[in-house]
Amino acid sequence: MSATSTAGTPGTPDPGATRRPSVGLDDPRLKDRSTSRTYAALALIVALLAVLPLLLDEQTEAVAIRTLIFAILAVGWNLMSGYGGMFSFGHAAFFGIGAYTDAYLLVEHGVSPWISMLVGATISAAAGTLIAFLCLRYRLAGAYFALATFAFAQVFLLAVQNLDFLRRTEGFNVPLLLEDSWSMMQFEQGSPIYFWIPLAVLALGLFGTVAFVNSRAGQYVQAVRDDEVAAASLGIRVMRYRLVTVALSCAFTSLAGAFYTQYYFFVGPEQAFGSGVSVNAIVPAVIGGIGTVFGPLVGALVVGPLSEWIAQILRDPPESLAFLQGVTGLDVAIYAALLVLIVLFMPKGIYGTLRDRFRS
Amino acid sequence: MTTSPTATDPGGPTIVEPDRERRSLKLPAAPLFVLAAVVVALALVYTVGQRETGLVTQSVATGLLLGGVYALVSVGLTLIFGVLGIVNFAQGAMLTMAMFLVYEMSTSGGIPVYVATLLAVPVMFLFGVLVQATLLNKLTMAGNEEGPLLITLGLSLLIVNVLLMIFGGRPLRVPGSVSGRVEILDAIMSYERLIAFGGALLVAGALTLLLRGTSFGLSIRAVSANTQGASLVGVDVSRVYALTFGIGSACVAVAGGLMAPFLSLTPSVGEQFTILAFVIVVLGGLGNVAGAVVGGLIIGLVQTVGALYLPGTGSLILVFGVFVLVLFFRPQGIFGATR
Repeated sequence: MSATSTAGTPGTPDPGATRRPSVGLDDPRLKDRSTSRTYAALALIVALLAVLPLLLDEQTEAVAIRTLIFAILAVGWNLMSGYGGMFSFGHAAFFGIGAYTDAYLLVEHGVSPWISMLVGATISAAAGTLIAFLCLRYRLAGAYFALATFAFAQVFLLAVQNLDFLRRTEGFNVPLLLEDSWSMMQFEQGSPIYFWIPLAVLALGLFGTVAFVNSRAGQYVQAVRDDEVAAASLGIRVMRYRLVTVALSCAFTSLAGAFYTQYYFFVGPEQAFGSGVSVNAIVPAVIGGIGTVFGPLVGALVVGPLSEWIAQILRDPPESLAFLQGVTGLDVAIYAALLVLIVLFMPKGIYGTLRDRFRS
Repeated sequence: MTTSPTATDPGGPTIVEPDRERRSLKLPAAPLFVLAAVVVALALVYTVGQRETGLVTQSVATGLLLGGVYALVSVGLTLIFGVLGIVNFAQGAMLTMAMFLVYEMSTSGGIPVYVATLLAVPVMFLFGVLVQATLLNKLTMAGNEEGPLLITLGLSLLIVNVLLMIFGGRPLRVPGSVSGRVEILDAIMSYERLIAFGGALLVAGALTLLLRGTSFGLSIRAVSANTQGASLVGVDVSRVYALTFGIGSACVAVAGGLMAPFLSLTPSVGEQFTILAFVIVVLGGLGNVAGAVVGGLIIGLVQTVGALYLPGTGSLILVFGVFVLVLFFRPQGIFGATR
């Protein structure tokens, strides 16, 4: 009722003239059922995950938390590279900005991590937007865009290693407190809160992804990804919507970095800006399914526990695999092989492929 | 592929022509300009750089030799990236693989390092052909850019970690090679590095001969220039792809063998070369062998002479700075004219 009347401009005297051709926004035919179903599924998943820390022992919880960090990274990367079509090979830069902003502000100025998260997200979004603007301004695409983002992440790594106020290669140790503190985001070891915080961040990312994908900006950027020229000729401001996507992706990725510092009590240049971090953002998303809401989560659930599971096998190998005892590198080797196989045989990832199969 | 609009559109030339004109005039000048820039930069370092002359000479010499090593790794990549358009992130890992191959042959088999290098060449060639034929061809033929990038990334992680499983993480040394050093113009150079430098020139020369002087080289260049056109006139594109990747890998085998004597081998030793090789290949121009050599020398110089002012890893920032500037302002590279 009120929705239809707002469609007319304030000066329009006859509301009937504007109402007749338009369909009411509350018309049941226009209800986006699949989106509300996605929201419901997400809410269910988050609720189920939230119970996990009450059931898991401390060691398994640590694996679960690492999995959540993978998932947050992958969700952030997926926003820019999956939906935005800008293949980033340098998400370590944004993870690192989050981690280092948190560490620096906390250690040097005693700032609460919650505030540092916001500061870090802002800096990260600004840095990401600038980098992406330069790359897009000079028309880098595909492989060149990936290489440029990789180079920028390396520059960040090298810069941190050479800057005194960021303690060069030493990194930051987070000072330990004697008791739990919400304001300083420090809790007893093994506390379920350490699981719930990244879960809340992940939930924000997943719901945010759905909301973004269905928003005007999200629709535009996907149109640009699929056909830049066509989108531009329809009047979509290509650069603007791409940069919006990049800013969201980078801001979100930095949250994972801030939490990383808080949870592991230490951050150094390699842990924050190393190329391995960029790989950790890409691999779960690719394995799960690029450009899907659930893909990064599925991928993280595969990749996260994998190395722990393999480590367990190596500690106490069955007889047929006895020669593997004490060998290092197998976990990454398997994860690498999985990556190659997925790209070759399931280019849409585990979730993407399954979804397509059930639809048809 | 976009065709020039000036050929068909008589109304357009006033807008498009000047830019094209300038670019085509600028091309032959670019290498000279770069050479002049390097000479001027070095002259500045010598005269007003406030560093000891002997020190500068030594770092120029070290830089050129290091550049030779870089060139060696990059000539293989320039073919793979330039012709196939594959962002081969496994280039560094394949380099490591070649080094361990040479290590294994010279320690277990007692074969001298440089002979082992020659033996490693066909092995790596076959490895490259296999990788391209089984893992990459389908995606490259479909014009997919991100797929091959992800596959070579996975391959790189796979190679490094399998080497880690076999050899462990402790640094290893290749025994018994040519030791000793020579002094040229107050700069000390080790024989091993000089040999690697010579090897780089030799490999680059051989590749240039192959590309310019043989019919197979012609088909590689044809595929690089226009894949569809080449396949229309009867070039077996997938075969060219596989062999090109093989040749690129064989170059890496030479690089690995020549570098093994002066590096301590760990499974991650080659990784740093991957991104440097990309920097060099883009700087020199995709698919341009001479460009890769010149680019390698420039990056080597930037790194060592830059280290006089930015010690430690700081000089690498300069290298990436050069890379980003080239990507933005001259994405076709110094010698590039093809794209």
